[in-house]
Amino acid sequence: MNALEKITEAVDCSTETQIKPFTFNFGPQHPAAHGVLRLVLEMDGEVVERADPHIGLLHRGTEKLIEYKTYMQALPYFDRLDYVAPMNQEHAFALATEKLLGITVPERGQYIRVLFAEHGRILNHLLNLTTFALDVGAITPALWMFEEREKGMEFYERVCGARLHANYFRTGGVAQDMPAGLAEDMMDWLEQLPKHIADLEGLLSENRIFKQRTVDIGIVKKSEALDWGFSGPMLRGSGVAWDLRKSQPYDVYDKMDFNVPVGKTGDCYARYLVRVAEMYESIKIMKQCLEQMPKGDVMVNDYKVAPPPRAEMKQSMEALIHHFKLFTEGYHVPAGETYTAVEAPKGEFAVYLVSDGSNRPYRCHIRAPGFLHLQGFEFMSKGHMLADAVSVIGSLDIVFGEIDR
Amino acid sequence: MMTETTENNDVTTHDDDDCLQASRDELAQYIALNLKDYLVSREWQKDELCLNVQREDICYVLKFLRDDARCRFTQLMNVTAVDYPDHTERFSIVYNLLSLTNNDRIRLKTTASETDIVPSATSVFSSAGWMEREVFDLFGVAFANHADLRRILTDYGFDGHPLRKDFPLTGYVELRYSEEEKRVVYEPVELTQDFRSFDNVSPWEGMTNIQLPGDEKGVKPEFGWTPSKVELAGKE
Repeated sequence: MNALEKITEAVDCSTETQIKPFTFNFGPQHPAAHGVLRLVLEMDGEVVERADPHIGLLHRGTEKLIEYKTYMQALPYFDRLDYVAPMNQEHAFALATEKLLGITVPERGQYIRVLFAEHGRILNHLLNLTTFALDVGAITPALWMFEEREKGMEFYERVCGARLHANYFRTGGVAQDMPAGLAEDMMDWLEQLPKHIADLEGLLSENRIFKQRTVDIGIVKKSEALDWGFSGPMLRGSGVAWDLRKSQPYDVYDKMDFNVPVGKTGDCYARYLVRVAEMYESIKIMKQCLEQMPKGDVMVNDYKVAPPPRAEMKQSMEALIHHFKLFTEGYHVPAGETYTAVEAPKGEFAVYLVSDGSNRPYRCHIRAPGFLHLQGFEFMSKGHMLADAVSVIGSLDIVFGEIDR
Repeated sequence: MMTETTENNDVTTHDDDDCLQASRDELAQYIALNLKDYLVSREWQKDELCLNVQREDICYVLKFLRDDARCRFTQLMNVTAVDYPDHTERFSIVYNLLSLTNNDRIRLKTTASETDIVPSATSVFSSAGWMEREVFDLFGVAFANHADLRRILTDYGFDGHPLRKDFPLTGYVELRYSEEEKRVVYEPVELTQDFRSFDNVSPWEGMTNIQLPGDEKGVKPEFGWTPSKVELAGKE
């Protein structure tokens, strides 16, 4: 071995020049993390090499709590999952329980549910699209559209008494009928809304900066979307025409005339376009609901499931006993299991409910769409710049209430 | 006139339902025939098809259901578990699949004890990754060949598996910020009042067909009660 060889051996150039990737935390307290998301990012300069989302910072043990509650007490937990569109979550649990009980909701109840499920979709998309725009640098959409969203929230308040934690959809129907005048006011709002959504589109759709930040960012191929269990706008943005409201209609969706918008490119921009188009379709559905809504009961006429009217309890001992038993013991659900899914604004929200015939769910698994969408974040952001990772998170439409459960 | 049309509509939907169910039965038989060496049993739970399989065969069955031209269950929507402490293999691992082409769902089930290791489905469906981590975290079921089997929902360094039936609802530790130590400290849970669990179960007539202890001779009550039903019964 000569001297030169000795020198090259001592100084191994390949190890010398290797730079350790820079690892850093994004969140958990960061406005663009949309809640409490801790992202551990491995960066090569500005490029994301590996992303590891750490979730569970908002884990409240909803599924465990539900096992200790009667079916009626379990329902409000669903408001606290995706708190941007609470009633859509309640819908899944109510439908699952109804399926096991084998009861059908009166038609008016079904119409009200569809009406407010679509209302929730509009509220959700308004929040998601504006905060998404905020993440990529546009403040005006949030200022403009939150005013409209706030008007929409008032309808929530008027129908159930609460702005967020509705507890409105119940097993067997809805808690109470719509108050007088609400339908007319909602119709007025729906007449106004397309103009405001057009404003939102005017601000963003052809905006140079918005397009630079979203077009060709976070592309999800059709096959990837299926493999990763994506649903809702994440799936439709990638060109899969799949909507549970069309393919497996529940309540009165089969009577509604609406289209399913599908994106072509599967990037953040396509998902934005899908959500905007969905809002117009939701307006169509809500208008149809308000026009076609029949008169009648909003809750099944069965005091074993639904509480008797207050007036009847003053007169009838039976009604009083039923009321008492319903709010202490609750109702017993026949043994069985079901996987019941609804098309929530974020995707397929499902409840896997196992009943052992008692008055409490034996197991209630909540399938949150955001959980699987966030799982796909790594492959979507790999090779993108750090700023693009923010765009991807914005377009995923994640809410930690439902992901962490 | 109105009633007539609605009646007609009802009839057609019924036909559609029958037709749909027939094709689903056919698919179920097709699956049973092709997977006869792998299925322990199959059943309809309401209108949902459920297949019970051996733990070792889970990947093969998933692969078949995904790739077979007639099944095309291309999406794994959900992996979860149910804890039955009385069973010899206490955990039931549940997979819910969706077929976009057939517009149908299917459920796969397998069992595992605390020490068993279930083969991971990540080689077949990427979506299984986090869902299996969740089952591992909350139930303590281990998965073989999973690339990244870490806890996911619970705290860093958490001890125990919360969704097991023998894990108390209130947990074992609580945490608070300690002003003296300037950090978050963990302490054993202290409840000012014991956790009270009322079951309230009573021989109420409204209970669905469950038999209470001591009431074995009684008639199983039919579900549902309204004043009108009672009145009608009285008139008869």
